[in-house]
Amino acid sequence: MDVTEVPGGQSDSGKKWMKRTPKKKKGGHGEKRGADRKVEEEEDEKKMETSEGVFPPNFSVSEIKNKQRRHLMFMKIKQEKRKVKLQVKKKKKKEREALGDKAPPKEVPKTIENQRVYDETTVDPEDEEVAFDEGTDEFSAYFNGLTNPKVLITTSDRPRGRTVRFCEQLATVVPNAHVYYRRGLALKRVIPQCVARNFTYLMVVNEDRKMPNGLVLCHLPDGPTAHFKVSSVRLRKEIKRRGKDPTEHSPEVILNNFSTRLGHSIGRLFAALFPQDPQFIGRQAATFHNQRDFIFFRFHRYIFKNEKKVGIQELGPRFTLKLRSLQKGTFDSKFGEYEWVLKRHEMDACRRKFQL
Amino acid sequence: MQCDDVIWDIIGNQSFCSHKVKTKSQNFCRNEYNVTGLCNRSSCPLANSQYATIREEKGQCFLYMKVIERAAFPARMWEKVKLSKNYEKALEQIDENLIYWPRFIRHKCKQRFTKVTQYLIRMRKLVLKRQRKLVPLSRKVEQREKRKEEKALIAAQLDNAIEKELLERLKQGTYGDIYNFPVHAFDKALDQQDAESESEEESEEEEEDVGKREFVAEDEIEESDLSDFEDMNRLKTSSDEEEEEEEDEESSEDEEEMETETKTKTSKSKGKSPANGAAARKKRAYVEIEYEQETEPASKSMAT
Repeated sequence: MDVTEVPGGQSDSGKKWMKRTPKKKKGGHGEKRGADRKVEEEEDEKKMETSEGVFPPNFSVSEIKNKQRRHLMFMKIKQEKRKVKLQVKKKKKKEREALGDKAPPKEVPKTIENQRVYDETTVDPEDEEVAFDEGTDEFSAYFNGLTNPKVLITTSDRPRGRTVRFCEQLATVVPNAHVYYRRGLALKRVIPQCVARNFTYLMVVNEDRKMPNGLVLCHLPDGPTAHFKVSSVRLRKEIKRRGKDPTEHSPEVILNNFSTRLGHSIGRLFAALFPQDPQFIGRQAATFHNQRDFIFFRFHRYIFKNEKKVGIQELGPRFTLKLRSLQKGTFDSKFGEYEWVLKRHEMDACRRKFQL
Repeated sequence: MQCDDVIWDIIGNQSFCSHKVKTKSQNFCRNEYNVTGLCNRSSCPLANSQYATIREEKGQCFLYMKVIERAAFPARMWEKVKLSKNYEKALEQIDENLIYWPRFIRHKCKQRFTKVTQYLIRMRKLVLKRQRKLVPLSRKVEQREKRKEEKALIAAQLDNAIEKELLERLKQGTYGDIYNFPVHAFDKALDQQDAESESEEESEEEEEDVGKREFVAEDEIEESDLSDFEDMNRLKTSSDEEEEEEEDEESSEDEEEMETETKTKTSKSKGKSPANGAAARKKRAYVEIEYEQETEPASKSMAT
């Protein structure tokens, strides 16, 4: 019985299509329908349209072998689903209006941020252990006001124009930054020289095919080294509606959404780039915003119109970073101790799980 | 019988040679034993029974020689001589081995040997320098990342987030008194203070009236005059109050600016931890109002 039913279902749909699309149907399998049968088919169809449950329960579109018919069936099913959805929506809206104030509150839509898998390394604001760690890690000297940041920006070998301009603009954003041309020097030799000259940070912009695509940020007196992938770099002249060039005032730093332990350490890494006391006269703010493991960097000038409104104007370059690896000591690709490495297969498998 | 001209006729000009590469301007020869690399009558190793080349294997250079006596033994056709690593000595070796050979072959061998040593030197230098590590990119992965980034950017709503953060900082007072905004708060404070002062006046008056003994004159006019004077004084005091309020504010502002400077230095105005100045700041605002209230009775007492 089952065996005969399924082909019956198929042939039913076939009948439908025969009626609906006489032009499209090529070779009609030699089936000829009389007028009576057609009437029956119409009735059947109406029944089927009004109640979708009349489709045989194990009917699925993928069982139709003919591509065109299958496609048409699928579109039909979709249309009906859409219609039903619309009706349900309308009904709900009517109910809500009817209830007026007593209506139940609107449901919160699910977003990726809502559905994020809880990360056990999320930092509690009052966690003592974290506070203790942060008090004694490599940035403690900076955060206690002992050292002033001094940044060295360089590139990989033979940088092209875009990378050079990017480095220059970075140097205007970060106060007390110096750009040096890399003359084929090995980073391992550069680092002790930097330490000797009291630099606190080394930034290396890596280039590929005339575009900057990587950033190595190394905190110098044996601090952590972070390697980022850089994407969507917009230089100053490519930014629309931008303000004038940034001034020499030290900007404020805004760090958003760094919630896990890893995120915290990266956040501190960024924070230590800028001097501790921002000059509010300059009204400049550098933002590092973390969203789904992408860190967006923006540089704005703000002005408070009144106490409820602030206007911001973008100056400066913008780029996005994605953390690839965090290494414990200074840059050492062979023998370094990696605190965290992006493992694509493990970490990108779940769409709701983020590391920072 | 080995006849070079016939061979050259066939492979060079008329028929096919599998080692020949034809380009628009020139013919090249891809035979491994070719000295120059071009397809010529004098450079073809097949069409010359007496031939010599230089070839290198794993950084070592060898001189290969072919003579007509061994033309019948293909397995033993090429004689291989290892050349010294010293450039001049090797050249002497070449000369010594190819003595009495045609000038062309000797010259071309030496030229080839020079070129080979030069590129070997360059290879050794490159190995010492830092090599670029080429990491293969998977296009699918890159496209996925790009799409994720775009979606993340949309979800981030950066401008809103930045504005919100800045407004929060303003509210918490990390900016100290640079922006004289808190207009609403100021008005509220003013209203509050007026209400309090009125209530205080009333209470004071009641208290005064309750226990006090006044010596009243007979003439009411004097009283009225007195009362007028009092009112006028009161008026003056109110304006004085305002002036003094402003003065107080300015002085307190100056004090506060000094204090805020020191505060911002110590507080972490990075947005990570709420500025420690926040709580103190609020307390300070309170203190401000108290100051004004204290000066009021002082001025009043001074007037009376």
